[in-house]
Amino acid sequence: MKPFTYARAADTPEAVREASGPSHDFIAGGTNLLDLMKLEVMAPDKLVDINRLDLKQISETEDGGLRIGALVTNSDCAADDRIRRDYPVLSRAILAGASGQLRNKATTGGNLCQRTRCYYFYDTAMPCNKREPGSGCQAIGGATRLHAIFGASDQCIATYPGDMAVAMSALDASVEIEGKDGASRTVPVRDFHRLPGDRPDKDNVLEDGELITAVTLPAPTGGRQSYRKVRDRASYAFALVSVAADIGMEDGKISHAALAFGGVAHKPWHKPELDALLTGKEPSDALFAEAADLLLAEAQGQGGNNFKILLLRRTLRAVLREATQMGETA
Amino acid sequence: MQQTNLTINGQEHALDADPRTTLLDALRNHIGLTGSKKGCDHGQCGACTVIVNGRRINSCLTLACMHDGDEITTVEGLGQPGNLSPLQSAFVAHDGYQCGYCTPGQICSATAMLQEAKDGWPSNVSDDLAKGQKLTDEEISERMSGNICRCAAYPNIVDAIREVAEGAEA
Amino acid sequence: MTRHLVMDEPATKRVLDELPQSLTGKPMDRPDGPEKVTGTATYAHEWNLPGTVHGVLVRATVPKGKVTAIDKDAVMKLPGVLGVFNDERFLRNPAQGTANEAPIQGPDEIAYLGQPIALVVAETFEQARHGAHRLQMRYDVAADGVFDPEATNVPHERPEDDQLDQGDLDAAMKQAVSVVDQVYRTPGHNSAAMEPHCSIASWEGDKLTLRGSYQMLNYNINELADSLKIDAEDIRMLSPFVGGGFGSKLGISAEAVAAAIASRELGKPVVVALSRQQVFETVMRRSESRQHIRLAADADGKLIGLGHDSLVSNLPGEDFYEPVMQATHFIYTGENRRMNMEVARVNRICAGSVRAPGEAIGMVALENAMDELADISGIDPVELRKRNIPEMHPETGQGYSSRPFAEALDEGARRFGWDKRNAKPAQTRDGEWWIGMGMASAARVNMLKEAKARVTLNADGTATVETDMSDPGTGTYAILTQIAADMLGLPGDKVETVLGDSDLPKGSGSGGSFGASSSGSAVFLACQDIRTQLAQKMGMDEDDLKLDGGKAGDMALADALAGDAIVGNGHIEPGETSKDKRQATYGSYFAEVGVNAVTGETRVRRLTAVFGAGRILNEKTATSQCYGGCIWGIGMALHEELLFDTRDGHLVNHDLAEYHVPVNLDVPQIDVHLLEERDDWASPIQAKGIGELGLCGAAAAVTNAIYNATGVRVREYPVTLDKLLDQLPE
Repeated sequence: MKPFTYARAADTPEAVREASGPSHDFIAGGTNLLDLMKLEVMAPDKLVDINRLDLKQISETEDGGLRIGALVTNSDCAADDRIRRDYPVLSRAILAGASGQLRNKATTGGNLCQRTRCYYFYDTAMPCNKREPGSGCQAIGGATRLHAIFGASDQCIATYPGDMAVAMSALDASVEIEGKDGASRTVPVRDFHRLPGDRPDKDNVLEDGELITAVTLPAPTGGRQSYRKVRDRASYAFALVSVAADIGMEDGKISHAALAFGGVAHKPWHKPELDALLTGKEPSDALFAEAADLLLAEAQGQGGNNFKILLLRRTLRAVLREATQMGETA
Repeated sequence: MQQTNLTINGQEHALDADPRTTLLDALRNHIGLTGSKKGCDHGQCGACTVIVNGRRINSCLTLACMHDGDEITTVEGLGQPGNLSPLQSAFVAHDGYQCGYCTPGQICSATAMLQEAKDGWPSNVSDDLAKGQKLTDEEISERMSGNICRCAAYPNIVDAIREVAEGAEA
Repeated sequence: MTRHLVMDEPATKRVLDELPQSLTGKPMDRPDGPEKVTGTATYAHEWNLPGTVHGVLVRATVPKGKVTAIDKDAVMKLPGVLGVFNDERFLRNPAQGTANEAPIQGPDEIAYLGQPIALVVAETFEQARHGAHRLQMRYDVAADGVFDPEATNVPHERPEDDQLDQGDLDAAMKQAVSVVDQVYRTPGHNSAAMEPHCSIASWEGDKLTLRGSYQMLNYNINELADSLKIDAEDIRMLSPFVGGGFGSKLGISAEAVAAAIASRELGKPVVVALSRQQVFETVMRRSESRQHIRLAADADGKLIGLGHDSLVSNLPGEDFYEPVMQATHFIYTGENRRMNMEVARVNRICAGSVRAPGEAIGMVALENAMDELADISGIDPVELRKRNIPEMHPETGQGYSSRPFAEALDEGARRFGWDKRNAKPAQTRDGEWWIGMGMASAARVNMLKEAKARVTLNADGTATVETDMSDPGTGTYAILTQIAADMLGLPGDKVETVLGDSDLPKGSGSGGSFGASSSGSAVFLACQDIRTQLAQKMGMDEDDLKLDGGKAGDMALADALAGDAIVGNGHIEPGETSKDKRQATYGSYFAEVGVNAVTGETRVRRLTAVFGAGRILNEKTATSQCYGGCIWGIGMALHEELLFDTRDGHLVNHDLAEYHVPVNLDVPQIDVHLLEERDDWASPIQAKGIGELGLCGAAAAVTNAIYNATGVRVREYPVTLDKLLDQLPE
């Protein structure tokens, strides 16, 4: 771990001010940042500790949604009565991730910034365009079990590894961001993470010194929500693929459909055309097959992860059957 | 160097250390409390689990300087030879370990986990998110999956925790 | 005095069964338990010697070549850095188990990516770790590295003493009514003991004290001395607590030598702990294997031919190879046999002992093949195995010592409810899950090793057991205490067992499952020595000496001792009995799995295992060992795999996030049953080894159950969902 200056901020303006520098990072839970700093995959000159900021509440918004402070821990978020009741997909996604200990430290804002688990990104002996732009991508042609089937580039095939953001994508949540001089902006979760393109070093749209202050959830749709995570171990393992769903039914037809997918792309994968295809239709295996075809039309395996294409097809079908109460699959 | 005041097992400690020092390394290398173990240093095994302000965390993935004013409980604070906590006794009786290296982390984790369950926190294997959960074996296993035991004393660990959980209920 | 026994004759007098006390075998709590649960047990890193400075090893980042330059100066300028060391005595490879001499040294010749090259020492761990990251090295990279054991450009060797061609297997395959002819592959495994390897070196003049985490101090001290080019008499090693070993701490590894060299130079205690990634990259891996199994059976399912050829790998210059066919040689009948071993020389991490080397993977492939044979021949898998239990060793003609193999198969089947299994695959559903049952046999060679121990019957009537033996979680503290307590008629809490100090009599070390029976026998003999002396002192015939409940006859022991302690020494050596009989341990596994019909995820729902390992010395710790073995089997079956990049041989998943050892939720409650058994040929205490048996075939029970659940036969471990997905039944 490279030496750094440590500063503790008392409020958001101070935090943003303290962090205005190219190699300055905020630290909240630290569960991913310190992991990477120990390996010198990340090596900031300055850490701004934001744990004393007043961003730990979950409050109701005027339009019937919830505003989750950036420092609300994963544990508190998953256990919140309102979230358990109205946004179970979010509780479920969080509880499917990491361990009890990590969820007690990991925060809402920090978790959105979780970096990839690509083996080559984590190993400083290996070239990696995400870690060291221009050095090359050793994952391509290597061990690709964890890697993307959607939206990869010839520079990076990494995946976003988290669960929480996948649920937030399905819920169409928004990220509140505060920047220099009190400037603030709101970015839909669906647009928060980037595809790697030719800048795989940039995971998301945050600019230097910008701080996530909250995530807001729109009013619940009343749909049936679920999160299904597929992984090698029964627990404490990253998703091979995951599906977050919020599906409403009315008069035997799908009245609302929002689906997001984890473990398959550099960001929680959301395809608006897929939601549109399902909406207004009567659930059937034929419809679900059509949906899977649409979703997977642009899927591209890397060798070691080719199985994700079939796995996602099967998992999507099972989730849709369950959400529309067509009964068990397979 | 960074000044940090920590309350550890009820005792105050003034730590003066490199800001890079993790809470785990502060405990082990600076304060002389080696009960908390380093198994992976990356939050992948749980051997370093301690309880901070009532919550279990991986002490390897947090900086000591971030804990100024915090209350920290390590395995040494839960009980001592001759004065074991109920979980510590149950781990001995049920052979909830073999090599013993993951054990302090297991016990700290289980101690806080029982409180989480009491507070009604759901888990990934809970059928119903809303209701309080009965601590079935499956619930115990899922909630303890952040503590790896390579000797694989898992069946005995579950026995030990179940016994204490049931004792607390009765 | 020393009571010395060479095991040339079976020990038909079962002394431990004739004593008035019988603590041995009972599920006594570990005496070291209270220390372990309170964090007061002292593992390698935890001595807190004043003035200790920290060292971090630096690895090679290329797979083959030479180090041409190390930029020490830049790192020496960093705050706190005290030294950058790169010494020709540094270990290139870790020492193999029982090496007893230095392993391959010379860090500048690079044989694999991850090889330790240098050590950065600084005042604090944080400074040393950063210095290690910053150390720049230049290499002359060799272009002729080879990384894929099955590639055609890789040199293969055939170890002479592991080639068998008996009868005519090809003819038997033609003549047989049922045949199996299949190739199975197992990946590399890592021991992944929870305590990373660590050594603290400190010198007083020419005397080195090394506090480490090692399984076999009796050998380690010589490995360290030879590596450092000093006398073993000038070294003291301490390992009272070892946070798991599983083979990875049989021999010394790079950190011990590096710490000793740096400490000498700096004149301060130096602690060097491997990071978890370094544990994966620099200590032993279990070799991957390609196993070709041929079974030829007659109409009754009786084997007339058995072939088992294996390809494993190691670095050039390493003698060790995974003895894959070790149990295949003796477990089943069949007069026509062929077993050939090949070793590929690759630039991958050193291969060596990982829990149950040989049987851990060899029994698994064999038991998969037996399951296939059962399926083809229509004979129940349990029955098929029973029909193939040989009367005599099918190759050497030796007899067997105690062998409750059939009993283990029957008892396992009964406890598990095997009769409820539907032999036809893919018939049973529970909601979204396909349910299946599978079984496998367990077998592991038994070994006795030379061991010494000293027992002192103290004047106050307590006793102290001393040996350099280790307890890496196996229960040594408990079982030696129990044996001494019974032999001396003391309650368990009046016996103190002191281990892990190389100044104490040399035990067997912990490895190969031989620790308990070997060191236990040494303690047993030392106690016999005490009994003889005590009887003499009391002026009575030894046969009339009755020690029970802290008394000698009617007299309190302290009174009988009249102020004097009695020191007894025990010394056991293996002898003719290990040649006269094929000694082994046996068992059975029965597993029920669920395979998710949507995703192919497999979860083990139930596991029953029955084992016979001679006299059980402590039912509780022995059962725990068996749980551990079975759970390793679950990991091996479902997700453990060292993933190598075949372009440069580097280990891709070198941490516990991506190398998936089982977690609590992967494991169901397990029913382990230990058979009542005495093996007079094995040791004077009629005990055999049990630490590895739990693993020797376990994975096959799980994968055979996957076949029963789904009808899909996967012959490439681990059976991750991607290997099932496109073949799952609709």
